[in-house]
Amino acid sequence: MSDEANKGLLSPLRRKLLMGMAAVPAITMLPKASFAQAPATSAVNTTGLAVTDTEVTVGILHSATGTMAISETGSIEAEKLAIEQINAMGGVLGRKIKFIQEDGASDWPTFAEKAKKLLVNDKVAAIMGCWTSASRKAVLPVMEQYNGMLYYPTFYEGLEQSKNVIYTGQEATQQILAGLNWIAKEKGAKSFFFIGSDYIWPRTSNKIARKHVENVLKGKVVGEEYYALGSTQFNSVINKIKLTKPDVIFTDVVGGSNVAFYKQLKAAGIDLSKQALLTISVTEDEIDGIGGENIAGAYACMKYFQSLDNPNNKTFVPAFKKMWGEKTVIGDVTQAAYLGPWLWKLTVEKAGSFDIDKIAAASPGVEFKGAPEGYVRIHENHHLWSKTRVGRAKLDGQFELIYETADLVEPDPFPKGYQ
Amino acid sequence: MVINSRFFNRSELMGFIVLAAVLFVILPLTLDVFRLNLVAKYLTYAFVALGLVLCWGYGGILSLGQGVFFGLGGYCMAMFLKLEASSVENTKIQSTPGIPDFMDWNQITSLPLFWQPFHSLTFTILAIILVPGIFALIIGTAMFKRRVGGTYFAIITQAVAAILTILIVGQQGYTGGINGMTDLRTLKGWDIRPDHAKVILYFVEVVLLFACIGIAQFIRLTKLGRILVAMREQEDRVRFSGYSVANFKIFAFCMAAVFAAIGGAMFALNVGFMSPSFVGIVPSIEMVIYTAVGGRMSIFGAIWGAILVNFAKTSLSESFPQLWLFGLGGLFIAVVLAFPNGLSGLWADYIQPHIDRLFTSRKSKAGWKDNSVADGAPAE
Repeated sequence: MSDEANKGLLSPLRRKLLMGMAAVPAITMLPKASFAQAPATSAVNTTGLAVTDTEVTVGILHSATGTMAISETGSIEAEKLAIEQINAMGGVLGRKIKFIQEDGASDWPTFAEKAKKLLVNDKVAAIMGCWTSASRKAVLPVMEQYNGMLYYPTFYEGLEQSKNVIYTGQEATQQILAGLNWIAKEKGAKSFFFIGSDYIWPRTSNKIARKHVENVLKGKVVGEEYYALGSTQFNSVINKIKLTKPDVIFTDVVGGSNVAFYKQLKAAGIDLSKQALLTISVTEDEIDGIGGENIAGAYACMKYFQSLDNPNNKTFVPAFKKMWGEKTVIGDVTQAAYLGPWLWKLTVEKAGSFDIDKIAAASPGVEFKGAPEGYVRIHENHHLWSKTRVGRAKLDGQFELIYETADLVEPDPFPKGYQ
Repeated sequence: MVINSRFFNRSELMGFIVLAAVLFVILPLTLDVFRLNLVAKYLTYAFVALGLVLCWGYGGILSLGQGVFFGLGGYCMAMFLKLEASSVENTKIQSTPGIPDFMDWNQITSLPLFWQPFHSLTFTILAIILVPGIFALIIGTAMFKRRVGGTYFAIITQAVAAILTILIVGQQGYTGGINGMTDLRTLKGWDIRPDHAKVILYFVEVVLLFACIGIAQFIRLTKLGRILVAMREQEDRVRFSGYSVANFKIFAFCMAAVFAAIGGAMFALNVGFMSPSFVGIVPSIEMVIYTAVGGRMSIFGAIWGAILVNFAKTSLSESFPQLWLFGLGGLFIAVVLAFPNGLSGLWADYIQPHIDRLFTSRKSKAGWKDNSVADGAPAE
């Protein structure tokens, strides 16, 4: 026994260990040296959020399982990419971003429960999340009650504005009006046929579109039909389209129904290179399922296309593909989700604090010049100023940019005259 | 028949004491308000499980549509809360102030007639019990009087669940559609959202749960409960003995519906939310799974099943956001394959004998064993 003890004492390793130990105090100096500019935690976090001297925790809350997973995965990937890039640049106020991912499971009450868990238990400084309007509606009261900050990426119906939410997607008027104006001018369109999935977003969007067509464009809506979510039988509406012969088919059909809709449209002999179709619900992600050959020629009204030709997008697309694989496609919402962490970082730095109230107050006016869609700025109403773009679907599943507004379009979640 | 003069036999008494201790003392003392509120949410499913024990475990009527009644109860409560949250000053920005926000989006300009009575809390409480109760009565009468039972009844309840979901989603102007009714705030001016309110609601719910346990236990112990079991085992013999089997089945089904509705109403209060995702086929089957995991023959087993399965759901999904559904699925398969009588069967087989031995060695034999066999889970 004493032998072994002696061996230990005489072992050359021991000396190395000692030297190692001597270096320990230096370790504590390292982060201090590299984060010398980081302000004290007590100064930037007065409300007890999960902020330490070296880390700040945010939440990612999307559906990783269930029917919405196919849509929301892109958002999760974009948010993780943005967080990684921000960390590589030194983080936020000298703190690395750590994220806690929760699964909303495509179930709206689960979203509310998990949002509450992130705010109450984990004290996250911000949540990047939600996708459907239903999940946002479920989470909103939680965000307001526990004073959290949500960065919501999806284009949506508007009629909402909250101190506790930054809407990085477009609200309805930003998405619809410019597109309708363009198609009315370009195609001389006078008659429109609306087809949508039956829930709040398509209904509100079509309400706004109808007012615009009737009051501003002086056109006519010759039909308005809704189908239950997940519906796959569109034959009757396709027959009506053939009978009424509208100048433009305007659609906001969502999710898997799209696959059936475009295939049946093609099978019925409606050629999208002759019949104008404007959709506000099909992005590159959906075309993956629909198949480029079934939708080629259709117009989509979005704010971002993967094919956009600008320097920001040229670095964003390869970075995204490097992290998540060559085959991934990037749709409008994915890009909007990517803005979330960046806008939050810029706002925190502008406010000089992680406090929710200060971030909410500092948000208006924050600009992000590195956005893949181009320059964006947060409006007083917590939505983004952004451009509206029209693209034409190509066989390879990408969009070709046809038109973009000259200036940023002002977000107007409560549009006068469209209610 | 010593046992029938007592309300609980010894193992049930133990179950009662353990559950009461856990729900009234241990959980409120150890959990923070957020977790306690989650337990309150799990307990709303315990009401459904309790109903299923009566209807499925004892009566042998498998209903795969309990979500319908959970939903009806929940929607009645939510309609009252939503009306209160949609006061004129809260909804100033709408084109028609004073009506719920989803009606405004759907271009409805005045409150529909069937919404009007939900301004009254008394009416709402009555509706929570009566609407699902009468609905169950109608379905039950239509089915059982024609001697539709077993698998066919299960299929029909599923169809009802599907129909109601489609109805709620389709009539979004009147029901809130797929979004459901969100942002419920106050009950008669009392804010249901802050922490202290959550604690009070939790205790109200636990008291209600124990009241329902009392009713269920009472039904079990009366002649009615005996007939239910007899009906499950040999329906024809009961019928030949002169009993109206259909009426007993209807009664059990209605009781299960009312329990589920109380659970639904408590859900709307505790979670501040009601949506069609609790009404459809999948949640209805989940409710049957809680009961199966806990043990459909045992009142306390089923309640533990509801609590534990939901707890597993929360904690698995927190730890493994991508994979948790597989884990949960595996858990169900394992439980059903390995312990067909659920957790309570496990308890009765492995733990109860030890406890019995402990008591019988102290007290001289007092006939416990005979009674526990007579009252315990029948072999199936």
